[in-house]
Amino acid sequence: MVSVQWLGGLFAGVTGLGSTLLLVPVMLPLAGLLLAIAFGGRHPRRIVLALLPLGLVAAVGIAAVVLEADAPLRYDLGGWAPPLGVTLQADGLSAVLLLVTSVVMLAVGLYAWPGFGVPPGSSETRTSFAFWTLLLGVWGGLNLVFLGQDLFTLYVALELLTFSAVPLVCLDGRADTLQAALRYLLFALLGSILYVLGTALLYGQFGTLDIGLLRDRLAAAGALPPAAIAAAALMTVGLLAKTALFPLHLWLPPAHAGAPPAASAILSALVVKASFVLIVRIWFDLMPALLTRSAAEVLGVLGAVAIVYGGALALGQARLKLLVAYSTLAQLGYLFLIFPLATSPAGNATGEVLTGGMLQLAAHACAKAAMFLAAGLIATSLGHDRIGELAGVGRALPLSVLAFGIAGLALVGIEPSGAYLAKTLLDGAAQASGQWGWGLVMQIGGLLTAAYLIRVFFHALSGFARPPALRARPARYQELLVLGLALCSLALGLLPPAYLAVVTVGRVAAAGGGLP
Amino acid sequence: MSDATLFGLCGAALVGLGLYGLICHPGALRKLLAFNLVGSGVFLLFGAVARRGAASGFGGDPVPQALVITGLVVAFAATALAVALVVRLAQAAGRTDLDPEPPARSEATPERPS
Amino acid sequence: MSLPAPVDLGLAALVLGLAGWVITTSATYRAAEGFVAYGLVLALVWVRLGSVDVALTEAALGSGLTGLLLLRAAARLPADDPAETTRPGPGVRVVAAVLCTAVAGALAAVVLLLPEPAPSLAPAVAANLSATGVGNPVTGVLLAFRAVDTLGESIVLVLALVGLWSLAPDDAWGGRPGFLRGPAAASPLRFLAQVLPPFGILVGIHLLWIGADHPGGKFQGATVLAAMWVLVLVAGLRQPPRVTSRPMRGLAVFGSLVFVGIGTAGAWLAGAFLAYPEGLAKPLILSIETALMLSVAVILGLLLAGPPEPDDAAGVRS
Repeated sequence: MVSVQWLGGLFAGVTGLGSTLLLVPVMLPLAGLLLAIAFGGRHPRRIVLALLPLGLVAAVGIAAVVLEADAPLRYDLGGWAPPLGVTLQADGLSAVLLLVTSVVMLAVGLYAWPGFGVPPGSSETRTSFAFWTLLLGVWGGLNLVFLGQDLFTLYVALELLTFSAVPLVCLDGRADTLQAALRYLLFALLGSILYVLGTALLYGQFGTLDIGLLRDRLAAAGALPPAAIAAAALMTVGLLAKTALFPLHLWLPPAHAGAPPAASAILSALVVKASFVLIVRIWFDLMPALLTRSAAEVLGVLGAVAIVYGGALALGQARLKLLVAYSTLAQLGYLFLIFPLATSPAGNATGEVLTGGMLQLAAHACAKAAMFLAAGLIATSLGHDRIGELAGVGRALPLSVLAFGIAGLALVGIEPSGAYLAKTLLDGAAQASGQWGWGLVMQIGGLLTAAYLIRVFFHALSGFARPPALRARPARYQELLVLGLALCSLALGLLPPAYLAVVTVGRVAAAGGGLP
Repeated sequence: MSDATLFGLCGAALVGLGLYGLICHPGALRKLLAFNLVGSGVFLLFGAVARRGAASGFGGDPVPQALVITGLVVAFAATALAVALVVRLAQAAGRTDLDPEPPARSEATPERPS
Repeated sequence: MSLPAPVDLGLAALVLGLAGWVITTSATYRAAEGFVAYGLVLALVWVRLGSVDVALTEAALGSGLTGLLLLRAAARLPADDPAETTRPGPGVRVVAAVLCTAVAGALAAVVLLLPEPAPSLAPAVAANLSATGVGNPVTGVLLAFRAVDTLGESIVLVLALVGLWSLAPDDAWGGRPGFLRGPAAASPLRFLAQVLPPFGILVGIHLLWIGADHPGGKFQGATVLAAMWVLVLVAGLRQPPRVTSRPMRGLAVFGSLVFVGIGTAGAWLAGAFLAYPEGLAKPLILSIETALMLSVAVILGLLLAGPPEPDDAAGVRS
């Protein structure tokens, strides 16, 4: 691990930034957002593309420092320590999420470059201005969600995310996408308000909103007080509505399928993960005692239903983008299996389960972004995305179809994909704890995923002799970019275990897990 | 029963009332009104928590009071965005319900960005 | 166990009654009217809860501006909107009622079971308030201890504005916001719009100035300023600026940029992002508050003014 140490040393030592590094992923996009609005015109796109690489460097730096120090990075904002002040913290989980976000963001930003430009002769267009500024908002919101350590600051971060994600859904201004955006907004607002209600109850009980302090006070309290149980229930339900876990999923498919492809990629790959990560924070960091309860089983069952139900619906879709959106419902289900699996009565599988969950999250983020972007290239080129009329596309757009295929294989979980390694880890935990049922659900989900992808390929690879006439040909670099993202997902499983260890840095939940 | 407890219970009832409106009204604007009721109920509950924490010569714990002010501003921004969406949807589709089937009427669609 | 004062019982009953009216009345416009009254009563509740800061915000923002927004939207809804007439069946309503009663009941139980004595950060705020130089503890929390929330919230407002603008039709980009346009205003309104703003601006500045040590502050002041601007716009004395107007955009992000700038300077001069150098806390906080008040007022006004509409849209007056 010489290279990691070298990188960590570079960032921690040479720059001397230390934990100040944590400000970069949050303030870079948000300051960029303000400047993009002030300058307008052709500047927002330039600002985004200038900041994205810097964000990637900061994310790599934070991951390296966290991995090397084997401890979380903390930064007290304004110099005020909790409970009065607010802290940013990067543990292993945050580091991985920052990294995944900056990679996907960079790829999507480059992909969207030609589609959201300002045409010559015009000083500014609505879609260009809105897309790039909202993208910065999503980026800053995501990073603040991953680094926030204060429950109310996390609420503000969630709202940053909502307010930038919702308008992205209806950028094309059609009636059906406006309706999808409105439905999404109402679900998201309800989710936020339930979340705030939970924070109010926790503050009333413990007088602090800092996750670390709350965990200590909860552990000291012994049995969970009613306010804590109510808060956990309210916050979880609110965040589930934002994550679109069955049965709160209705808003997702039309919203994700109706957005422009670049926005769909961000929404499906990253935005829904933010609320999921907060659920993980609540259950693993804040109240590890919950994990020993049957409540974890409920989340697991909902996840299992989502896997089967989302997969079955994806199989029946007539349009490619809707298929990809329904596939997101199913793939989100996998993430929720980590809750029952981490309750392993045998002992400490939490580390492996979380690593598996994060791998699944990262693999899905890259694969799903690639699938939406590839579907976008196909739809733009053909002028439609009806699966039944894809004949000949394999010949007309071989690279796009290849990228879609590789992303699909990565999603199914063939070796050596990240999803394969994730499912191996989760399956191992299921076997070890005798919860074989969850393993079975994962197998069924894999079969369904394979089935709906085969259906797409059946059409796309038929009619080789008569390729369809294309409206426009996608830029070669866009196709290669999508292929690269798909390959990222496929190659995630090749990461050496030493790098995977970053996920568990800063986990103290093991100690709390022993509570009755 | 103190005034804090009374208004805390009042907040709880408002949350219930608002949730009922959110579920039972098909129109988006009515849902938005209901959402605002839920929001004010939550903030009122937070206010009760603040009142209970009165100490050091302050009439209430200033931290939750400050959080409520932040929350009110965010709720207003949310309402403004949602109202604009509702009005646009009404212009484009002639209706403001959220039934999953696509709206009946559709205006001339602007060019889609790729 | 003491009983609550009769005035509190009356206020609670009034709040619940108005909330019930907002939910049950059949016409959306009347529900919106009910909501305005509800917000005003709620502001009184906040006074009773000892929080004049929140009461001012609730009255100005929660009731006033939100009410204006909802009323204008309700007036713009299509008359034959199916959402106005359809209602879910009795089965759904009963299930919903049971569910919501259960949620409210559980919340009520939690409220009654909150610990005694209540945990509070009031002593910690009192002990550290002198370091911020301001006397109003809520301002201290908003601008010093939890400054990051306030910064985030000011950016949330900016994002809401971008989101709102993004809803415009493509050909309207560069046009002027259209929500507040209407038929030519009656002369009493024009008269009010000419007379009131100077006083309103004074009240806004007063709220900002006293906010450092007494209830008040930038949000309350900004709401009053925004209300004055909206009055002028509704009366047709001025046109709202085009969305592409650079000065207007600059003004909208000015407060957040000043906040970020002073916060960043704090990283060098005071040891942490969003920290203030010793002795300079109060002037810096006042600078941020002033800048934010201007920006928030502009954003609130623009949020009320709605997305841009094409210049040839009906209702434009030269």
